[in-house]
Amino acid sequence: MADERKIILSAKDVEVKFRVRDKYLTAIRGVSLDLFEGETFAIVGESASGKSVFTKTFTGMLESNGQISNGSVMFHGQDLTKLKTDKDWEGIRGAKISTVFQDPMTSLNPIRTIGSQITEVIEKHQKISKAEAKEQAIHIMERVGIPDAANRFDEYPFQYSGGMRQRIVIAIALSCHPEILICDEPTTALDVTIQAQIIGLIRDLQKELKFTTVYITHDLGVVANVADRVGVMYAGQIVEYGTVEEIFFEPQHPYTWALLSSLPQLGIKGHELSFITGTPPSLYSTIKGDAFAPRNPHALKIDFEEEPPYFKVSDTHYAKTWLLDPRAPKLEKPEVIQNLHEKIEKMTGKGGAFHVE
Amino acid sequence: MSNNAADREVILSIRHVDISFDTGNKKKKFVAVKDANFDIYKGETFALVGESGSGKTTLGRAILRINPCSAGEILFEGKRISGKISKEEDRNVVRSIQMIFQDPAASLNERATIEYCVSEGLYNFHLYDSEEDRIAKVDKALIDVGLLPEHKSRYPHEFSGGQRQRVGIARAMIMDPKFIVADEPISALDVSIRAQVLNLMNKLQAEKQLTYLFIAHDLSVVRFIADRIAVIHLGRIVEIADSETLFEYPLHPYTVSLLSAVPMPDPVVERTRRHKVYDPSVLDQSGAPAEMREIRPGHFVLATENELPKYEARIKKLEEELAQRTQ
Repeated sequence: MADERKIILSAKDVEVKFRVRDKYLTAIRGVSLDLFEGETFAIVGESASGKSVFTKTFTGMLESNGQISNGSVMFHGQDLTKLKTDKDWEGIRGAKISTVFQDPMTSLNPIRTIGSQITEVIEKHQKISKAEAKEQAIHIMERVGIPDAANRFDEYPFQYSGGMRQRIVIAIALSCHPEILICDEPTTALDVTIQAQIIGLIRDLQKELKFTTVYITHDLGVVANVADRVGVMYAGQIVEYGTVEEIFFEPQHPYTWALLSSLPQLGIKGHELSFITGTPPSLYSTIKGDAFAPRNPHALKIDFEEEPPYFKVSDTHYAKTWLLDPRAPKLEKPEVIQNLHEKIEKMTGKGGAFHVE
Repeated sequence: MSNNAADREVILSIRHVDISFDTGNKKKKFVAVKDANFDIYKGETFALVGESGSGKTTLGRAILRINPCSAGEILFEGKRISGKISKEEDRNVVRSIQMIFQDPAASLNERATIEYCVSEGLYNFHLYDSEEDRIAKVDKALIDVGLLPEHKSRYPHEFSGGQRQRVGIARAMIMDPKFIVADEPISALDVSIRAQVLNLMNKLQAEKQLTYLFIAHDLSVVRFIADRIAVIHLGRIVEIADSETLFEYPLHPYTVSLLSAVPMPDPVVERTRRHKVYDPSVLDQSGAPAEMREIRPGHFVLATENELPKYEARIKKLEEELAQRTQ
């Protein structure tokens, strides 16, 4: 099935290094990813796992001390890692690939009107008159659900609520009809109710405008809602990827297990909520073996010695853990996430705690 | 823990509290909290849940005497702590009621060592006999929250988000408080770290018989930690019940909307689950003005006289569903 679909972007062995006070930090340690046209691919991981840095290579937005030291990112026959100047990026960043950032408070300019911030992008990329740009901007504002858009065109960001501001950021990102939309934790700074609305909005817009979405988040609850496929990122590598069902119902990597188990939705009152001990490894030094091993209660001896390869679970599902080696002991995933679907169905079914009629 | 309210000791009472702020217009005041009225029992975790701008933090700050009440009063251990009180009482309140803040990166002084951050309260209240005593207290507070005494000399930026929040908790705990206002203590943290902080808060509560007012916007978190939950919307509390009851019998449409917004970690379920946007027009506003009414023992809902039969019918329906399920 996967083969028939068109690959829109293909990253191969991407490695990103940052120079920090004469030392090199390897933030991305060889990530490959094929993005299919029209899909939603979610990248999940803790803070500092490299999920944002990785997608910044698609738009040339790495901080100035960062560089892509290896690998390629192919998009329409062009290797994006070869682009250097802002001029090279014109026509791609913001036009074909755009980003929605986490905090709408900081991604909008507080002293310029909402309208001018949208028309700026349209005028830059489309070479049309001011009046036409304004018309388009009002249209897209209506499309992202801003009531009374024509009148709110001349308002400032502080006059908008957090949810409305994020709608504007989405409007700006979509104003040039991009082929790929990168959503970098678009709802983390928002309330759950607003989060649900923004997720719904992105989903509806995607159906209508048929763009491809890369969704970055640390919250697996959100992933279940938005994603077609999921990549779990840890210490600069994708340690497991597969369809959303495979990741939730048949996770293979102990890190995916740990992430799923720590969801508060699965907590039982009076019992300890499971969590991941320790902190992610320092990326300044080379990592020996499986990066998750020191925090992994199921770690094998080999996890500390040699880096595991990707093991194939199905045509669409791969995981980078020695547990899948035929010689490894058979381990059951933690109890909290066994029969996950039955558990959640019980919670959301009639009489369940999260039942909504 | 007994559910019988009568035999439980009330530690904090919010009595018909209004909190308003001046606006530019002298005749108009912005009412952030209106007629909040509830008791918090000793040793429990009472959660206050609502979206941004609902007044949940404002109410929490009123307990700490940061925001004055414009009507009503707040009692702590039977004594009024809102409005004008003596200097001595004020000190007592500030000491006994401590706060844990949302963002540990913003709430710790980045130029101060952890030792200073944690000792600050001790300095302010001269709660130590000697330098050795102070250091011993800091060490103990750090160990209590799962950090090490040698972390004292470090600076906040040297810690991860979860560890920083532990420092935030240590600095509240060192005052030996009775009551803690935790204002979204885990919202700024990664999901994997949230669990650690929640577990720590549970552990400390059991050890020190603490009472928590836990402010949050996410019902899924609260379900795990709270004994009782109050849902607040636009400054008005719309529903109060113990935790299980609120999830089994959510009555107010706003509570239902909040429940439907919790994302569930299951792609199959999520495909059919829809978020219910709260629409205040479904409420029947005719008849007597809405007030908090006790529809079942301990379960209050903001309703008018006319709405009570509707909520009564809803409870019946949910009871039937629950009975069917357990069969």
